[in-house]
Amino acid sequence: MNPRILTATVTRILQQLRHDRRTIALLVAVPAVLLSLVYYMYADQPTAPGQPSSFDRIALVMLGFFPFIVMFLVTSIAMLRERTTGTLERLLTTPLAKTDLLFGYGIAFGLAGTVQATVTSAVAYWFFGLQTAGSSALVIMIAALNAVLAVALGLLCSAFARTEFQAVQFMPVVVAPQLLLCGLFVPRDEMAGWLQAASDVLPLSYAVEALQEVGAHPEPTGTMWRDVAVVAGAAVLALMLAAATLRRRSG
Amino acid sequence: MEDAIAVRGLVVDRGGRRVLHGIDATVPRGSVTGLLGPSGSGKTTLLRAVVGVQEISAGTVTVLGAPAGSPPLRRRVGYLTQAPSVYADLTLRENAHYFAALHGRDRAAADAAVADVGLASAAGQLVGTLSGGQRSRASLACALVGEPELIVLDEPTVGQDPVLRADLWDRFHTLAATGTTLLVSSHVMDEAARCDRLLLIREGRLIADDTPAAIRATAGVDDLDEAFLRLIRATQPDQPGETR
Ligand SMILES: Nc1ncnc2c1ncn2[C@@H]1O[C@H](COP(=O)(O)OP(=O)(O)OP(=O)(O)O)[C@@H](O)[C@H]1O
Ligand SMILES: [Mg+2]
Repeated sequence: MNPRILTATVTRILQQLRHDRRTIALLVAVPAVLLSLVYYMYADQPTAPGQPSSFDRIALVMLGFFPFIVMFLVTSIAMLRERTTGTLERLLTTPLAKTDLLFGYGIAFGLAGTVQATVTSAVAYWFFGLQTAGSSALVIMIAALNAVLAVALGLLCSAFARTEFQAVQFMPVVVAPQLLLCGLFVPRDEMAGWLQAASDVLPLSYAVEALQEVGAHPEPTGTMWRDVAVVAGAAVLALMLAAATLRRRSG
Repeated sequence: MEDAIAVRGLVVDRGGRRVLHGIDATVPRGSVTGLLGPSGSGKTTLLRAVVGVQEISAGTVTVLGAPAGSPPLRRRVGYLTQAPSVYADLTLRENAHYFAALHGRDRAAADAAVADVGLASAAGQLVGTLSGGQRSRASLACALVGEPELIVLDEPTVGQDPVLRADLWDRFHTLAATGTTLLVSSHVMDEAARCDRLLLIREGRLIADDTPAAIRATAGVDDLDEAFLRLIRATQPDQPGETR
């Protein structure tokens, strides 16, 4: 990796995003709209005494979902575009290292995901009165980490897609099982053993657990830090695999 | 002096089909070498092998003394892909700045490269809104911005008017005069006449590697167009050549 080339690549990706005003508007607005939907859905639901309200429980986890889903899609399409327009082939003949490109995407879309998470969290806390025992900064940090994980998985998956249609199909394959098994719908320890085992190897489960720890404890817990480390490790691993599957030579 | 490019026994298969059947060719330094041949003859494939993005089945490609595609070469070689490969959602200037940065050049060098292809007034425009010919030149500017020692250009003048084509070829010769090596593929015969040397390729086989004058002499005609037709027919007398 070369700091000058990495910086230039991050700048270039953010410039591309900046020219696409509508995407920026959607990135920022859609999560807030969906969040308000959840708020009104659960507005009249009773809350068991001593338990967090349904909205608090669901909104907290959704703050982690949005950057994960959106950044996975954005990255898959962006990387596939590099492939199909020939810019990737040209980049690979320049001094750019494969890790410059992959970490460039990780940083640029990680930043975009952080902005998204910050805006969505602000809406959740200020408009809808989201309550968490722990700090909102930790919530944003975990959501940002989710964005980076999604970028890494998107880069890896795009290596296996030849067309936009294929790339979009990876979204239900990679994202949906993680959403279903992460513990939001059924607590992980109440699932069948084999589902629990599957949940244990999916990185999003750890991100959700980390968010729930922040929701329940005023101070960051050891479990939360362990979960954060697992998610970060999974992101780095996916980036390494993406670098290994990115070939300079093709047929 | 050692050749800029030395290709030995290069065999390439693409999609299960043999596309290059044992090419042997050299490109001298500080010259403009033209790569000509019918559509589908393997020009792009050969250029891809030279810049090191093509998987090869046999043979060697040596570029500036090192195996094609080896890391130190990447700062010494510039490549223009046949289809323009620039970011449509960036302005021309932003594209040029990015490719300049990859090669360690500053913004002034990038702006100069854009001006050199006659696009200074369009520098602030999104590449996606440029005309087809302008977009090709935008892509060319990004290939030249690193001032590489070897420049590999896949049909750089397609879609340009005669005046611009003449300008671009003058630039290629100016670059060659300062020691840069250029390998340029083309379909246009009046461009072939502007090259110092020509490689003529047909169905993945090299059928001529000489100066334009020598190729005219071999074929026994003055017109390069006609000379190529004769050489192509001579290599396969019973099949009419696919020409463009
Ligand atoms: N990705 C690919 N997979 C399979 N076959 C390919 C691929 N790319 C090119 N080919 C085939 O390889 C042969 C040589 O193609 P190449 O692109 O090198 O031709 P070319 O001389 O550059 O043609 P043109 O002048 O039309 O650009 C053609 O028969 C083409 O169909
Ligand atoms: Mg071609």
